[in-house]
Amino acid sequence: LSHGGGGKAMRDLIEDVFTSVFAPPGMEDQARLSHPALTEPGAQLAMTTDSFVVSPVEFPGGDIGKIAVCGTVNDLAVGGARPLWLSASFIIEEGCEVALLRRIVASMAAEAAAAGVSIVTGDTKVVGRGAADTVFITTSGVGVIPPGRDLRAEAIQPGDVAIVNGVLGNHGAAILAARGDLALTTAIESDCQGLGHLMEAVITAAPDTRAARDATRGGLASALNEMAEAAGVTVELDETALPLHPEVKGMCEILGLDPLYLANEGALVVFVPEDQAEAALAAMRGTEAGRDAVIVGRAQAKGPVPVTMRTAFGGTRIVDMLIGDQLPRIC
Amino acid sequence: MTDPAQGRRIRVRGQVQGVGFRPFVWSLAHDMGLRGTVANDAEGVLIHVAGDALDAFETALSGQAPPLARVDAVESTPADVLAEGFSIIQSGPRGADTRVTPDAATCADCLEEISGSGRRAGYAFTNCTNCGPRLSILRALPYDRANTTMAGFDMCADCAAEYDDPRDRRFHAQPIACPACGPRLWLEPDHDGDPITATATLLRAGAIVAIKGLGGFHLACDATNATALATLRRRKRRPAKPFALMGSLDMIGRYAQVGAAAEARLTDPAAPIVLLPMQGDALPDGVAPGQARLGWMLPATPLHHLLLRAVGRPLLMTSANLSGDPQVTDNDAARRDLAAFADAFLMHDRDIARRLDDGVEAIGPRGPFVMRRARGRVPGTLPLPLDGPQVFAAGGELKAAICLTKGSQALLSHHIGDLGSPLTLADYTRADEDLSDLFDHRPEAIAVDLHPAFQSTRLGRAKADRLGVPVIDVQHHHAHMAAALGEAGWRGEVAVGIVLDGLGLGPDGTMWGGEILMGGYGAVTRAAHLTPAPLIGGDRAQSEPWRNALVRLDAAGEQALADRLFGHHPLHVARRMVGGPQAPLSSSAGRLFDAVAACLGLCGDRQSFEGEAAMALEAVARPAALYVFGWDGQVIDPAPMMRALARDLDAGRDVGEISGAFHAGLADVVARAARQVATQAGTRTVALSGGCFQNVTLLTLVAEALSDLDLCLPGEVPPGDGGLAYGQALVALARLEAG
Ligand SMILES: [Fe+3]
Ligand SMILES: [Mg+2]
Ligand SMILES: [Zn+2]
Ligand SMILES: [Zn+2]
Repeated sequence: LSHGGGGKAMRDLIEDVFTSVFAPPGMEDQARLSHPALTEPGAQLAMTTDSFVVSPVEFPGGDIGKIAVCGTVNDLAVGGARPLWLSASFIIEEGCEVALLRRIVASMAAEAAAAGVSIVTGDTKVVGRGAADTVFITTSGVGVIPPGRDLRAEAIQPGDVAIVNGVLGNHGAAILAARGDLALTTAIESDCQGLGHLMEAVITAAPDTRAARDATRGGLASALNEMAEAAGVTVELDETALPLHPEVKGMCEILGLDPLYLANEGALVVFVPEDQAEAALAAMRGTEAGRDAVIVGRAQAKGPVPVTMRTAFGGTRIVDMLIGDQLPRIC
Repeated sequence: MTDPAQGRRIRVRGQVQGVGFRPFVWSLAHDMGLRGTVANDAEGVLIHVAGDALDAFETALSGQAPPLARVDAVESTPADVLAEGFSIIQSGPRGADTRVTPDAATCADCLEEISGSGRRAGYAFTNCTNCGPRLSILRALPYDRANTTMAGFDMCADCAAEYDDPRDRRFHAQPIACPACGPRLWLEPDHDGDPITATATLLRAGAIVAIKGLGGFHLACDATNATALATLRRRKRRPAKPFALMGSLDMIGRYAQVGAAAEARLTDPAAPIVLLPMQGDALPDGVAPGQARLGWMLPATPLHHLLLRAVGRPLLMTSANLSGDPQVTDNDAARRDLAAFADAFLMHDRDIARRLDDGVEAIGPRGPFVMRRARGRVPGTLPLPLDGPQVFAAGGELKAAICLTKGSQALLSHHIGDLGSPLTLADYTRADEDLSDLFDHRPEAIAVDLHPAFQSTRLGRAKADRLGVPVIDVQHHHAHMAAALGEAGWRGEVAVGIVLDGLGLGPDGTMWGGEILMGGYGAVTRAAHLTPAPLIGGDRAQSEPWRNALVRLDAAGEQALADRLFGHHPLHVARRMVGGPQAPLSSSAGRLFDAVAACLGLCGDRQSFEGEAAMALEAVARPAALYVFGWDGQVIDPAPMMRALARDLDAGRDVGEISGAFHAGLADVVARAARQVATQAGTRTVALSGGCFQNVTLLTLVAEALSDLDLCLPGEVPPGDGGLAYGQALVALARLEAG
């Protein structure tokens, strides 16, 4: 692929690779959208945007296109919104294989279909070698929050139960392995998946669901620290309850990483009142993305730090927000 | 009314409040027929006195002072004295009586009383002005009974009479108590008869008993009972970490070598644990597997005296806590958290207001030094060679302690512990509040470690924000060096520091820990250091010594030996991590000890506690000809030493000799390097500090090699991170002075 300033080759490329896959055909410079949910009194529009860079762009369990759709869909879903539309913008490095682009775009289309969203507008730019790494994707998403729904971290109260939908750290571990420089052999796949259906199921089963957050970069530890800080509570995790793939555990041991800080692309934590925890758990387990859902902790009255963990040995440890890199600190 | 007579106004400075100093002065004056007054004030004790033999009186003030007093200065000026008789002037409600002394071990008089037939015979809470609980029972200031956990116990008439009598050694002893009015002891589960006797019977039968002590609960068992020891290790999931022991001096002498210096520390009112070389009869290996020294302490309270006497055998005493959490202090928490460890609980109803661990000390080549400053030593103050505005120093992370300065005095806190535990973090905040209150502290600057992720750094920065005062970042090993210099009272221009330590963040972003520094309190330069090696897996390299052995062997060209010794680990992955983000570089000396230990088969796969490998390495060391390290004037390279070690391992040489050769080689090279730097810098002062100098073998070898220079060695300030805050404070003071 060579870059040309809006020339014919470029238009052909867009036509060929992108427009034919994304609906609706005959896209104008702006998408014009209508939906019955928008007219409901009390409904709120939700909007989010994210840029995706990942190396390598294809990895076990997914690719950058799938992440770009899931990430944006999930950001809408954890706020209680029903995702409806996405935009997608591509920065493509000169020399990127067209076949690779086709796979990425097909993956986006499939993921969008599964999540029930349409990619309604987009853009592409080709930049010189080294100005980008293969391909960068920015997706924006629009969804609708039904009337009466108000999920926010501030709503979390002492006693509430924290549930995660499945194993932690698989995405981060899969990416590390896929980079190849560490000669790690593993069957770990990224957990990259959409969480829209799961969120609808939880909210239906546990109507007083307080808040949810997808545990992407910075992992579960970072998501929980932000939520606990906002809510003015301390969340205590139970180390023995954390769902970890044994291979992720093993990889973290050799690399000296903490799976609580590894990135996820399809993991979330949701806080529900204790009396609705069982219902929420059952509902989650009934969905594809929540089969391994489990209670991992509980909100408590605010202590000296936002997040702690009861260890397998019965003691408690602080689960910090990371400052900079994971510098060694055992002295 | 007598005429004003020419007398003296005498100012006494030092630790002279809350230690029975005023009644001592009162008795002395009465005995010598003097007139006048004595009072406490903000600066210490103030005496106005008239009569004959005033010189003798002044001499006696320091010469005959009560046991817990420390007289730093007696300053006397002529003054008119208007008084009949001699009296103690009471201070106001929140006057000067704010000083609190450390908890002190039972004095000889009280010991005699509990052993006698008087009303305190066999009473576990006997104390007087010369001994007993202080900081551990203090809830609020000022220090009087109503503000201690003795508040709920109303004094009986007999105790009240003693309390009010200046001639009595319990005059104003706030925790005064007797069986009629004081705290009560009981055993759970319930039993018949005397709880001490019943506890002793259980212990002799091999039970593990949780015992409420001065600063927290201990788990105790018969130290001669191997089965009981094994049970305790299993229940605590503590396979190897040495346990402390409690015995009488006679008992200790049966199992350990007790020199004069050690005996002086054991019998000190602080009653610390003192590490003593094993000698004579052997205790079961389970006490301290693989160690050559055992930690012994004398009983510190009547309860412990009575119990030890009833058991008649040395007792193992270990802090009672959940893994990683601080020692349990309250009865309900003990029942809940210790149920899985203890067969019974020896409880009492005097609350512990402040958690205080047992102190740990060792005997170095030039006398004792503190390894863990704790119960019995705080809130004592230490002198500073610098003066200046008040500074708060936030300390380190794993062995956190804080330091508050005021003028030329420093209040270095007790060992607070590992700030990775939220409970310990809460203790840290509490210690800050308490000691700030106690010391009436208003810091004008906050000193913190360079490491941004230390909890102490975060809290220190938050405190600075709150107070609107500047933060002063202090490099970890600069602080260690300053601590040793400061304790020695050094005031020169340039000194050299040999800092052998675990890890500390350097200004270049790598982790330091094997450094020869040159400079003073205000600034240092890194004159020399160990060749950096990657920490494979960051903090994992600390818990798994084989990772350090791998990188040091590989760097020495001994890959084949590494493959042979550690082939059961994923070496191909570990080697590919080198140069990546999960293998930060470090010049740590502590990790070099780990590397050598791992090569010798000591804790290579995993250490069950911090320092296990290094302690095991020291324990096996025997005198041997040294391994030569590389030294080019800037970098100390372990590679030649590793090659010699590899050859000796192949040749099947005794591991004790290999360890000895390593110790000797490291001591030799750091001493040579320090000497060279000192010569270049034109100084004769060399400070030794950092956690590795808890290793007495290393400390002794380095001190011997540099015995012709002026050495600053750790003493009351721990060489490890427990002393860090004291050094941080000095660096801050120097920088503030420089502007
Ligand atoms: Fe240190
Ligand atoms: Mg996002
Ligand atoms: Zn006494
Ligand atoms: Zn009484």
